[in-house]
Amino acid sequence: MINLEPPRKLRFFINQAHQVAAEFVRPLSRKYDLAEHAYPKELDMLASMIDGLSESGQGQGAGAAGVRRTDNGDDSGVRNGTNLASVLSIMEMSWGDVGLLLSMPRQGLGNSAIASVADDAQLERFAGVWAGMAITEPGCGSDSAAIQTTAVLDGDDYVINGEKIFVTAGDRCDAVVVWASLDRSKGRAAIKSFVVEKGTPGMRVERLDHKLGIRASDTATISFEDCRVPKANLLGSPEVESDQGFAGVMQTFDNTRPLVAAMAVGCARAALETTRDLLQEVGVDADYDRTPHLQHAAAAAYLAMEADFEAAYLLTLQAAWMADSDRPNSLQASMAKAKAARTANDITLRCVELAGSVGYSEHELLEKWARDSKILDIFEGTQQIQQLIVARRLLDLTSAELR
Amino acid sequence: MGSALAVLNKLAQSRVIDRLGMRKPAERAVFEATRTGFRTVGAVSRTFTRQTGSGSPTRLTDRRSGRFDLTPTEDQEMIVGVVREFADDVLRPGAERADAASVTPDDVLEQALELGLTLLEVPEDAGGLGSERSATTAVLVAEALAHGDMGMAVACLSPASVATALSLWGDGAQQQTYLPTFTGSEIPAAALAVGEPRPLFDPFELDTTAVRTGDGFTLNGTKSMVVRAADAELFVVAAQLEDAGPALFLVESDSRGLEIEAEPAMGLRAASLARVICTDVTLPWHTLLGDGQPDAYAECVRLSRLAWCALAVGTGQAVLDYVIPYVKEREAFGEPIAHRQSVAFAVANIGIELEGMRLATYRAASRAEQGKDFAREVALARRLCAEHGMRIGSDGVQLLGGHGFVKEHPVERWYRDLRAIGLAEGGLLA
Repeated sequence: MINLEPPRKLRFFINQAHQVAAEFVRPLSRKYDLAEHAYPKELDMLASMIDGLSESGQGQGAGAAGVRRTDNGDDSGVRNGTNLASVLSIMEMSWGDVGLLLSMPRQGLGNSAIASVADDAQLERFAGVWAGMAITEPGCGSDSAAIQTTAVLDGDDYVINGEKIFVTAGDRCDAVVVWASLDRSKGRAAIKSFVVEKGTPGMRVERLDHKLGIRASDTATISFEDCRVPKANLLGSPEVESDQGFAGVMQTFDNTRPLVAAMAVGCARAALETTRDLLQEVGVDADYDRTPHLQHAAAAAYLAMEADFEAAYLLTLQAAWMADSDRPNSLQASMAKAKAARTANDITLRCVELAGSVGYSEHELLEKWARDSKILDIFEGTQQIQQLIVARRLLDLTSAELR
Repeated sequence: MGSALAVLNKLAQSRVIDRLGMRKPAERAVFEATRTGFRTVGAVSRTFTRQTGSGSPTRLTDRRSGRFDLTPTEDQEMIVGVVREFADDVLRPGAERADAASVTPDDVLEQALELGLTLLEVPEDAGGLGSERSATTAVLVAEALAHGDMGMAVACLSPASVATALSLWGDGAQQQTYLPTFTGSEIPAAALAVGEPRPLFDPFELDTTAVRTGDGFTLNGTKSMVVRAADAELFVVAAQLEDAGPALFLVESDSRGLEIEAEPAMGLRAASLARVICTDVTLPWHTLLGDGQPDAYAECVRLSRLAWCALAVGTGQAVLDYVIPYVKEREAFGEPIAHRQSVAFAVANIGIELEGMRLATYRAASRAEQGKDFAREVALARRLCAEHGMRIGSDGVQLLGGHGFVKEHPVERWYRDLRAIGLAEGGLLA
């Protein structure tokens, strides 16, 4: 039966996440935006609390690792599970602060990758590890099949060589999931992901980037020089066969894109709520029933923004719901990511404009959200990549036909 | 005026137009040609017998579920399956002709009624099919119909909307008087008249007035974009009730002082839109729907907007389904234009925004169905459908280039129809 309200059974959990975001995360927002690269030590305690909630079952399986697809015994095929719980809690936490969310120990995108493709033994070995994700290189970004980093089997180890940039939480995490090619002549079928733990000889954090936004989150360049990792750290199958392998690593994205869409939804909602409060202070409020054209221009603009927000929010829930129900959701995940990210960027920028110098100054967080939101339309696949994916699916075209 | 009547009389007696099967288009042409100087009286063909006895009104109940779910119920799937077939087999093939003739053919309307469209929202106790009130079902049905043709969808759904209004806000006597006709074999044309011909129209500030008299009301004002008004036997008219704000009134078409004036528009031509002009129309007191409660009127405006959203989604889907094969077949510069990102991304954005429109519409519908406040959700869905729906209509033409501009393809019609979204008020109810 069609119902698009957040699941009743998760209401308490969502409320809990909101409390944490409001009482704990938001108050730290400006501090770590200004103190780029300073470690937000407050998050250690929060992460422990979240671990505790997970242990006790109160966490609803939400979090970076909540994207693992498991058999569901429910015959109806309709489930509200960990994917929905994850996006809903990420929306709340990102309403608090996206940068700090990305700095949450043990909640890295690498954790999602491990959860998506690791076998049970690996899952157990890497439990409790905070894992970043290392895909992008100086010479390739969106064309991830063109990566130069190599992994060569030598005895019981793979030897990794190459350089990775834009590794979120790359300095603070315990391990990174590295994309590398087993054989560069075999194209993307040879691309595999490897868990490389910090402290492995040959792996070095070269530097941290200074950024437009999400400054609470560290973004690292990591080099690998004859870096040896055990064979068992390769995630998925070691066979180089057709496109199956690459499809495997790409599958991670079906699971992580709704999470990034959720970040965008949370960030956009923060800006909308603050803007509504600011507008109310000067006597402007939006009325849902009355024709927008008869309302204050700022109220009409607000309603237009909220409408796109609603679409982004629901597309994100849809993508997660499909993952929970174990249905293929590549199309919906990319739709959600495309819509939510561009909407968050538009909304946060427009909100700064509406709030005037109040929005532009550091008195409010609006200018910060407008800086933070830009990355959401770039990482985990840019707007253009999402559109490519959506277009190929809708038009039923291959990547050779629609390049 | 006299000469116009004479010409009309002559034309009406002509056997040629019968032999050529042209009567309907000809009547339409006359109706439109004379619309500036000639007004017709409302249809006079049925007398609604008022039954005494004030049984309590019958209403549909809502249902509740705690789970996020996008799966229609089995009943809904079945109904939508039948409606979709009707839309594909009857509405789509007849759309161009109906648009040109500015009328939905009688046999199409009859088939639509045979499908039981008016019965879905009427409680079983009152002879309908509905066991549970479902704005969601209404939305799914409207979406499926509009995938065939928006104009004819509007014509087909108009009586159902009046039946819905009676089911939701009618008291026992009103339901007993009027509802049985909507569940019988000859269902009357009926229309919900809310809009008015005025820039920046706001349904909560009406120019049409209802003034209390000793034993009822006097109605004055002009309603706009009224569906099949010339054929309608019963109107639900929105008017500003002097001391109580906007309210809904049941007005029979043969009321003295009621005139119909054709109002052909950019699109929705198969809906035979017209203005209804009320000049000192006298209404008995029992014609006031929903006790004139502001809540009932607000719900009416919201449900109506919701229905238009559903139509936008259906027509938007029609655009997407049409452009996909086209851009894959059409070649330019030696390859299908779909292989170019500027074209492919336009298609992707149609897909993305359409899905957002659909989900927002479904959410508003499911909240309405569950008895939750849905003012916010319907306003947002309407905004999305007005903006992105029109963009989809425009891109649909653009992707076909010059071919999209000519009537060989339906995209120009969808473009005209989609412009109604965001400005249409009333007419339909979800």
